[in-house]
Amino acid sequence: MSVRHALLALLSEGPKYGLQLRQEFEERTGDVWPLNVGQVYTTLGRLERDGLVEADDAHEDERQRGYRITAEGEKELAAWFGTPSEAGSPPRDELVIKVLVAMRVPGVEVGDVIQIHRRHLVELMQQWTRIKEDEGRLDLALALAVDAELFRLESVVRWLDAAEGRMKRSSLGPAPAATPRPRLRLRARSR
Amino acid sequence: MALLEMHRVTKVYGEGASQVLAVRDIDLSVAAGDLLAVMGPSGSGKSTLLTIAGSLEDPTSGEVVIDGQLLSGMSRNDKARLRRRSVGYVFQDFNLLPGLTALENVSLPLELDGVRARRARELAAAALEELGLDERVAHFPDELSGGERQRVAIARATVGERHLLLADEPSGALDSASGEAVMRMVLAACRRGLGAVVVTHNAQLASWADRVVFIRDGRLVDQTAIPPSPESLLQQGSEP
Repeated sequence: MSVRHALLALLSEGPKYGLQLRQEFEERTGDVWPLNVGQVYTTLGRLERDGLVEADDAHEDERQRGYRITAEGEKELAAWFGTPSEAGSPPRDELVIKVLVAMRVPGVEVGDVIQIHRRHLVELMQQWTRIKEDEGRLDLALALAVDAELFRLESVVRWLDAAEGRMKRSSLGPAPAATPRPRLRLRARSR
Repeated sequence: MALLEMHRVTKVYGEGASQVLAVRDIDLSVAAGDLLAVMGPSGSGKSTLLTIAGSLEDPTSGEVVIDGQLLSGMSRNDKARLRRRSVGYVFQDFNLLPGLTALENVSLPLELDGVRARRARELAAAALEELGLDERVAHFPDELSGGERQRVAIARATVGERHLLLADEPSGALDSASGEAVMRMVLAACRRGLGAVVVTHNAQLASWADRVVFIRDGRLVDQTAIPPSPESLLQQGSEP
């Protein structure tokens, strides 16, 4: 999650104090991602070092320092909005590895491994869904953040369902002919 | 008192070598206020479970109790009466009667049960109003959107004294917003004291339930624990 760019976005509305940035960040993101003050100031320090924000003298008192976005910062923010967010798969997805490995380990029932994870995911989804229950008090930012989490978790459940179905079909179907398997490699990632 | 109880319910189709065990040894209980989701892939037996729960089909063995009344040994007529009075169904494809208006679709089951036409229409209008359809009462199903049709189906399933709602993939082909709306209505009905069983393969729909049971090859294999309060999610890590 880019705290850096979120802070730039908040500062693009006008100069602000560190504490104010923290509060607004939490409000805008539906209080789903709490931010500690230390993080805010560390990030502001780096943004200042990189010339993307600067101290705002008019917005300063003896207790806290004000910040404003620079022209460079505006450019960086526009570039961020215009760039697709990272959507590649994580370098090693633990759940995928676990299921693939479980298929080959004697004495491990891969269906049980799948179900343990499926149940856990659905329990998490139940908790997220509860947040949406009181529609009248649900703010838009929170609803969007909760939806994002639900769709993410659901996609994992759907993969588990599909994996289970595929394994079932393959165990019922004819034995595969002994042809050499094409080697598929996920592109190496440098993250 | 439980609105629905199933004890060791098993259903076998066919005989001999072609025998299929659709559901086996199902134990299930739904009390007033409960929203239970049954989650499983197609062919897992979840729809069979629902038709048996609603007395549309008899189990091969085991007992079903609706509203404290044991179904085995009941005459076909008595079962039909119990079904009309106590059980409401919502199907994937809504199953509204195309030649009847929204209001008539909802009032019909009451009239079939002997409620006088005028009273049935009042109750139907109230049920539709509750679901925000007061301006659509005179429309025919083909004049309604998919989401509206499903709301009519829910009104029909909950109208009158019915207090057990059985739903089979109730959001069918609706988009996710309409699917959510359907589950909100089912949940609201449960908060008013109905009991509901929703069978679905969709985890987002299932997650509206208080309890989710998982069905595989006709057996209930697992269920969720009662979820902790959502606050615990919002207090988690503040990683950058």
